[in-house]
Amino acid sequence: MSESAAAPPSGARFVNIGERTNVTGSAKFKKLILAGDYDAAVAIARDQVENGAQIIDVNMDEALLDGELAMATFLKRLAAEPDIARVPVMVDSSKWSVIEAGLKCVSGKPIVNSISMKEGEEAFLDAARRVRAYGAAVVVMAFDEVGQADTKERKVDICERAYKLLTGIGFPAEDIIFDPNVFAVATGIDEHRRYAIDFIEAAREIRARCPGVHISGGLSNLSFSFRGNEPVRRAMHSVFLYHAIPAGMDMAIVNAGQLDVYDAIDPKLREACEDVILDRRDDATERLITLAESFRGTDAVAEKQAAEWRGWPVRERLAHALVKGIDEFIVDDTEEARTLFARPIEVIEGPLMQGMNLVGDLFGSGKMFLPQVVKSARVMKKSVAHLLPFIEAEKQDGEVHTKGRIVMATVKGDVHDIGKNIVGVVLACNGFEVIDLGVMVPWPKILEAANENDAAIIGLSGLITPSLDEMVTVAEEMERAGMDLPLLIGGATTSRAHTALRIAPAYSGPVLHVLDASRAVGVAANLTSDGDGRAELINRTANDYRALRESREGRGSNELAPLIEARANSFVPNDREPSPRPARPGTHVFDDWDLTELIECIDWTPFFRAWELAGTYPAILDDEVVGESARSLFADAKLLLQKIVDEKWLRARGTVGLWPVRREGDDIVVLDEKRTRLPFLRQQVRKRQGRPNMCLADFIMPQEEDWLGGFAVAIHGLEPYLQRFAAAHDDYNDILLKALADRLAEAFAERLHSHVRTTLWAYAPNETLSNDELIREQYRGIRPAPGYPACPDHSLKPLLLGLLGDGAGVELTENFAMLPTSAVSGFYFAHPESSYFGVARIGQDQLEEYAGRRGVDVETAGRWLRPNLD
Amino acid sequence: MTAAQELRAAAAERILIKDGAYGTLIQAEKLADYGGDLGLEKDQRGNNDLLNITRPDIIAGIARRFVDAGADILATNSFNANAISQADYGAEHLVRDINVNAARIIREVIDEATVIDGRKRWVAGAMGPTNKTLSLSPDVNDPGFREVDFDEVKAVYREQVDALVEGGADFILIETVFDTLNAKAAAMAVLEAEAALGRELPVMISMTLTDLSGRNLSGHTVEAFWASVRHAQPLTIGLNCSFGAAQLRPHLSALSRMADTLIMAYPNAGLPNELGEYDEAAEETARQVGEWVKDGLINIVGGCCGTTPAHIAAIAGATRTSPPRIVPAAPTNTLLAGLEPMVIAA
Repeated sequence: MSESAAAPPSGARFVNIGERTNVTGSAKFKKLILAGDYDAAVAIARDQVENGAQIIDVNMDEALLDGELAMATFLKRLAAEPDIARVPVMVDSSKWSVIEAGLKCVSGKPIVNSISMKEGEEAFLDAARRVRAYGAAVVVMAFDEVGQADTKERKVDICERAYKLLTGIGFPAEDIIFDPNVFAVATGIDEHRRYAIDFIEAAREIRARCPGVHISGGLSNLSFSFRGNEPVRRAMHSVFLYHAIPAGMDMAIVNAGQLDVYDAIDPKLREACEDVILDRRDDATERLITLAESFRGTDAVAEKQAAEWRGWPVRERLAHALVKGIDEFIVDDTEEARTLFARPIEVIEGPLMQGMNLVGDLFGSGKMFLPQVVKSARVMKKSVAHLLPFIEAEKQDGEVHTKGRIVMATVKGDVHDIGKNIVGVVLACNGFEVIDLGVMVPWPKILEAANENDAAIIGLSGLITPSLDEMVTVAEEMERAGMDLPLLIGGATTSRAHTALRIAPAYSGPVLHVLDASRAVGVAANLTSDGDGRAELINRTANDYRALRESREGRGSNELAPLIEARANSFVPNDREPSPRPARPGTHVFDDWDLTELIECIDWTPFFRAWELAGTYPAILDDEVVGESARSLFADAKLLLQKIVDEKWLRARGTVGLWPVRREGDDIVVLDEKRTRLPFLRQQVRKRQGRPNMCLADFIMPQEEDWLGGFAVAIHGLEPYLQRFAAAHDDYNDILLKALADRLAEAFAERLHSHVRTTLWAYAPNETLSNDELIREQYRGIRPAPGYPACPDHSLKPLLLGLLGDGAGVELTENFAMLPTSAVSGFYFAHPESSYFGVARIGQDQLEEYAGRRGVDVETAGRWLRPNLD
Repeated sequence: MTAAQELRAAAAERILIKDGAYGTLIQAEKLADYGGDLGLEKDQRGNNDLLNITRPDIIAGIARRFVDAGADILATNSFNANAISQADYGAEHLVRDINVNAARIIREVIDEATVIDGRKRWVAGAMGPTNKTLSLSPDVNDPGFREVDFDEVKAVYREQVDALVEGGADFILIETVFDTLNAKAAAMAVLEAEAALGRELPVMISMTLTDLSGRNLSGHTVEAFWASVRHAQPLTIGLNCSFGAAQLRPHLSALSRMADTLIMAYPNAGLPNELGEYDEAAEETARQVGEWVKDGLINIVGGCCGTTPAHIAAIAGATRTSPPRIVPAAPTNTLLAGLEPMVIAA
């Protein structure tokens, strides 16, 4: 939508303002508003916009109406229709109170139509100031204390006087639109003959004397004499505009769908209209009246151009209505769909859910935005409401029974409930009784409702981040109240991780994170079933979450142990032997590793993830959703790799060092001439009994001498090709090449590690592992990298590269990023019990001590370790 | 010179620095008691605004840290200090006191700092969006329903504006605007307060985006938003919260091209991680803000959710020597807006 809205830099030259939402001009609209049928009234506004109206004029000046209420109600309804609300509104009334009631409901920048000097200058300026305070532009009628301006001179004089007054109080000229009064011509009264031509000439003069302003007018007056003869009225309007626009009229209130192309008007009719409008002949009016009769009633065909989508099959109509948020036909379409399916519930589970999934996808990808989704939910609800009686009837037949009551709420402090509403709708459709407590619901209300209704499940939702904490509070209070019913967690910021780590531990009943509406049904059905499904789901989820917690041990807000205590709780391996002396200690440089061999070692899953294609290689190639994209990408990648190899585009350079070391506390000192000291960080998050506070130094034995390795690999030579792609604006290949180079660097690191284990260090000379097993790291030893969880300080990279020399050709930026960018570096630990872990949060005591060991001030160390500090 | 003139003069010289998030630092205090001896019935935990009365020491301490980090513009800790939001805590009768105190605390902190280093600093009286929306119905079945009306919201803001001015605010900052109509009500409250005061009361306006397509909750694009609030002649216009600096960049760029006033933006410290915490390093935030600077998008920059004095110091460091954005000339085109902008050629 935003593309279509992007106006050209210079802006529109002529603006047509929809007139059909005006009770004084449209009998149909008046009838609907009087009957309170705002749904149908809104549909008229949509028609206008779809037919090209760039602004919508809204007028409720009708004696039988409460104009203020009608104006406010209609404008609020329009605000809920993004397809309509995207265009500005013209708040049109002769009464200030109605205009003001409208301005209080319009969120964009509207136009007020209109103010004038009818009541004198003071009242005029007062109204203008108020318009300005609401941030609106304004239409000024050519009307003064004497009356409406009819001649060219009066029009020009009044407008110029108004212009001087307005700009005098700082009203911006560009926000002033003059309406020099379009009056009816061809009335048979001689004084009226020059009305059109006077307007046109006055417009030209006003634009010249009042720089910055615009000229507008209501066209329907012009052709008032030909009421009931649409073809003639349209021709008159088109001819009038044809002459008025070059004179400076740049806005008009017209029926946007009903303007003829000047050249396409019947030449006889066109000439007759022109004679009237330009006052070219004394008998112009009579001639037009005579001719007009022959055009009456030629219009019926164009009048009824039913929207094309109404002809589509019902499934597609339902999806269209949901995506567009059109509820006009939804009941009829739902009924038609109901007759096609065996059971009414299948309409919901089938086409409606498909439509809502589409809405969810469009929203997720930024192609729809929140108000539209709300609208879609409303269409969905209307459809479901139609189906519910049929579903109820089925229940009475004993086929369906209420599966259980579910209390749902958006937690305190959060107003977002669309996801919750959708889940509620879907659950209700599937036979659950949903008790929706709304938004901003404090926990006592949730617990109370659950107790009173004997609920089977509580569902919490939230969109903003503080809601996460509030959900924990609800869980804690449920625990305190001794509840045991399942708690479902959903909403955009919620996650499985947060649920597992923060919410589940607070409540001993079942806690489950539910990803989306489609999964909510399965989960709720299982939880309310009597069979094994319930226990199975609860146990499986609890186990999953426990595993997740354990793998995240140390993250989050767990308490920190003092460094002394953490160190006392070091990891002590069963095997206390130092690593064997490497077969080939010292530094080894590999200047040009065979790329063909590296290609075979590539782990493809992260490659697809880099392209935002979710799935595991090779299964992703057959994935229903992304398979096609994945296959095409994979083929392109293979082709490019072939080229890289054939034409020797890239060079894989690497270096390995294997050094004798000694452990000193949490430092590892390399026993070279420089005695390079490598300080490592220790986990400080308080552990449960029996689990150590790990540090990489724990994998070096405290004897006199042990061994440590280091490596750096890099893929060189991309630049000329990237430049070539850039010159060709070929982003695709640019990204492809970079992504492949990253994969090659990772593959090189994996391949080199294997070479170290079998040949250079040779502590596992007989290792034979498939690529898959390599990717799953099923080997002895680890290669942690500076800046990653086990060794989070990036600043160890210069120390490591200092030890290795520049065999890999890697350089560092001032923030320790490696160049070339496709590079990997790290340490080798060979101890059989060495494993990866995350240091996570550390305390101030360790930070201060580490700074000393690292030889920098505390502030610098603090900057390096920021992610690990509170 | 008026405060606004001084600010514009300073902003013509260099990129100015706004402070970071109070909420983030208050949370870090892990306070057990927010209510002090005010005797309020409801639980006041999380009522950060109330701390202006019960723990001014903490708020002043945070402000001092931001001053030390290099902030030129200090916002008051009054995001939820309006009668609508405070009603949740049963503290709506304290709105005036909270805001007077909020402004006074910051005023004192920056006056102290100015005595020491002679640098000019400004107090921006911050007003959040309230938790009610004028443009959306909370009831999907009744799209015409509204929980509040324009005059009510305007009156709520007016109370806050008057108290912030009384406490010594230089400007009123209407921030985190998720609903454009709420902002228009706030802007009108400022205009009316200005008329009552009889002197200029400059307003700063900052929109927040709810999705990556660049719209706020009421559905306005940044261009439509600018069109909708330009009549308030804001001293600054910009974006805050929503996302990190990287995600805000395209939308900031659109606004920067269009707005004939100073641009102020203060992003979050990246996107929250899956635990809802902000963990983007200060250097990373500063690097991304550096991209804005390089493209000449910005006059004033600070931080929102998750940003700490370290982030502000890093941002200040990254922008110190860079030229500020040049404010474009006022356009002669007519700018209207629905949810999307509409330009009519002059």
